[in-house]
Amino acid sequence: MDALTSRLWPITIAFCVAPLLWLLLDIGLNRLGSNPIQAMHIYLGDWSLRFLCITLAITPLQTMTQWRGMTDYRQLFGLTAFFYATLHLLGYLSADHAWVWPIIGLDLWQSSYLWFGLLAYLILLLLAVTSPKAAKKRLGKTWKKLHRYIYLAAAAAILHYFWQLKGNLAEPLFYLLVLGMLLGFRGLVWLKNRRFGLTAPSKPHAADPDRAD
Amino acid sequence: MLIKTYKQIPSNEITDPAVFRQRRTLLKAMAALAIGAAGSDTVAARSRTWPDLQTGNPPVPDLQPTPAELVGNYTNYYEFAFNKEDATRLAQRLRIDAWSVTIGGEVENPASYHLEDLLQRCPLREYLYRFRCVEGWSMVVPWVGFALSDLLKLAQPLASAKFVKFTSASQPEAMPRLWQQAMLAWPYQEGLRIDEAGHPLTILAVGAYGETLPKQNGAPLRLVVPWKYGFKSAKAIVAIELCRQPPLTSWNRYAPDEYGFYANVNPAVPHPRWSQASERPLGSDFFTPRRPTELFNGYGEQVAGLYSGMNLRHFF
Repeated sequence: MDALTSRLWPITIAFCVAPLLWLLLDIGLNRLGSNPIQAMHIYLGDWSLRFLCITLAITPLQTMTQWRGMTDYRQLFGLTAFFYATLHLLGYLSADHAWVWPIIGLDLWQSSYLWFGLLAYLILLLLAVTSPKAAKKRLGKTWKKLHRYIYLAAAAAILHYFWQLKGNLAEPLFYLLVLGMLLGFRGLVWLKNRRFGLTAPSKPHAADPDRAD
Repeated sequence: MLIKTYKQIPSNEITDPAVFRQRRTLLKAMAALAIGAAGSDTVAARSRTWPDLQTGNPPVPDLQPTPAELVGNYTNYYEFAFNKEDATRLAQRLRIDAWSVTIGGEVENPASYHLEDLLQRCPLREYLYRFRCVEGWSMVVPWVGFALSDLLKLAQPLASAKFVKFTSASQPEAMPRLWQQAMLAWPYQEGLRIDEAGHPLTILAVGAYGETLPKQNGAPLRLVVPWKYGFKSAKAIVAIELCRQPPLTSWNRYAPDEYGFYANVNPAVPHPRWSQASERPLGSDFFTPRRPTELFNGYGEQVAGLYSGMNLRHFF
């Protein structure tokens, strides 16, 4: 099993980097349309949100398959989501606003949709910083509590998406549906554990959705 | 055939030299554009439908037109789709042959005009205007059109006429969002106060870049009100009605707190969910700062008088 998981690494890393390479190709070939900067923003934001959803999907997958080999990949996917969120933010600051802070400041002040994006990013930043094994060890139980904020980050990211549209909400609603399903799964597991947790002490890990080790 | 009648419009023989030079620079810019659009032979091969039009008011010497293909590929047309790519593609289904416009309501001469006849009676000019979308992007378009006031003169508004309502085409068989009754109340409606409608900057456009309008940009006849956000400039107009009361308009009806009746470009009044202080001109490069938005989109000198004494935060 471990051999299989380690063999999956190169493919997984390639999968994580592929969207960036594709974007660079799009930029190089001038394929981003009439408003390439906005197209880039949407593209990077989309991929950050997608990797966030993938990260959140790992635990339900582990619970269902009872296969815990994916934990390391969960960290990789989470960091990839953070990576695309960082590019999204850097794109906004540099490609769009050319670091002109007075305009950026005014934009931040007046554009409420940016607040949700910033909240999501700050959470992801915190989670990325506390992602290494050493940090996990030092934080102990707090680590797990802290990393549950990923739900808040995902919700804020979806709101950030939702809040800037003129009314055509199909795409953010899709992410909302995915997030709802992933959260719903955890809710069900939590309910099940609460009801049966005490009667089945011999298998405490089987249905624990947030085992992080 | 529309194009034949367009060509009958005589070129103006007493063009002011300054205007003439300006037109030269515009043509040069467009020639450069055609060369720049390598591979897109449609752009290069097109000849101008209107070769010698006088430039409309006001002369704005520092404006450079946005490349035509950027304008043609970036448009909101919610009758067809909520995203710009699908809207551009689907808008080609619009039927624009034998177009006529009715003008009625509070007027002396209610009438229905074939577009060809209208173009005989209202002189065409080229109007190089800034265009600012409420979404925070902007462009510069050399429209071909005539002053809306010319049409209003034909209809002769009564003293009771205080507002003008514009109704866009309703072709449900071609417009998916119409038969789905999606989002806005269809057909698309917009409105202006009568003095705004009669302002010399307000035009009805039938072309851009010396050509007939692409369908996705509002062919065959659209409104252009350059000091207001783009959604005021209704596309594919079939009816114009003069009213006593302010007409209900599509976006204002959908979200009155977000899309005001006036919709004047105003950097000091943000949309409730995003800033309007700056804009991204189409065609500008990566790492170029956004352009600070100007009050009335830079046409304050001409139009600010229309709003003297009004609180533009309230009447946004």
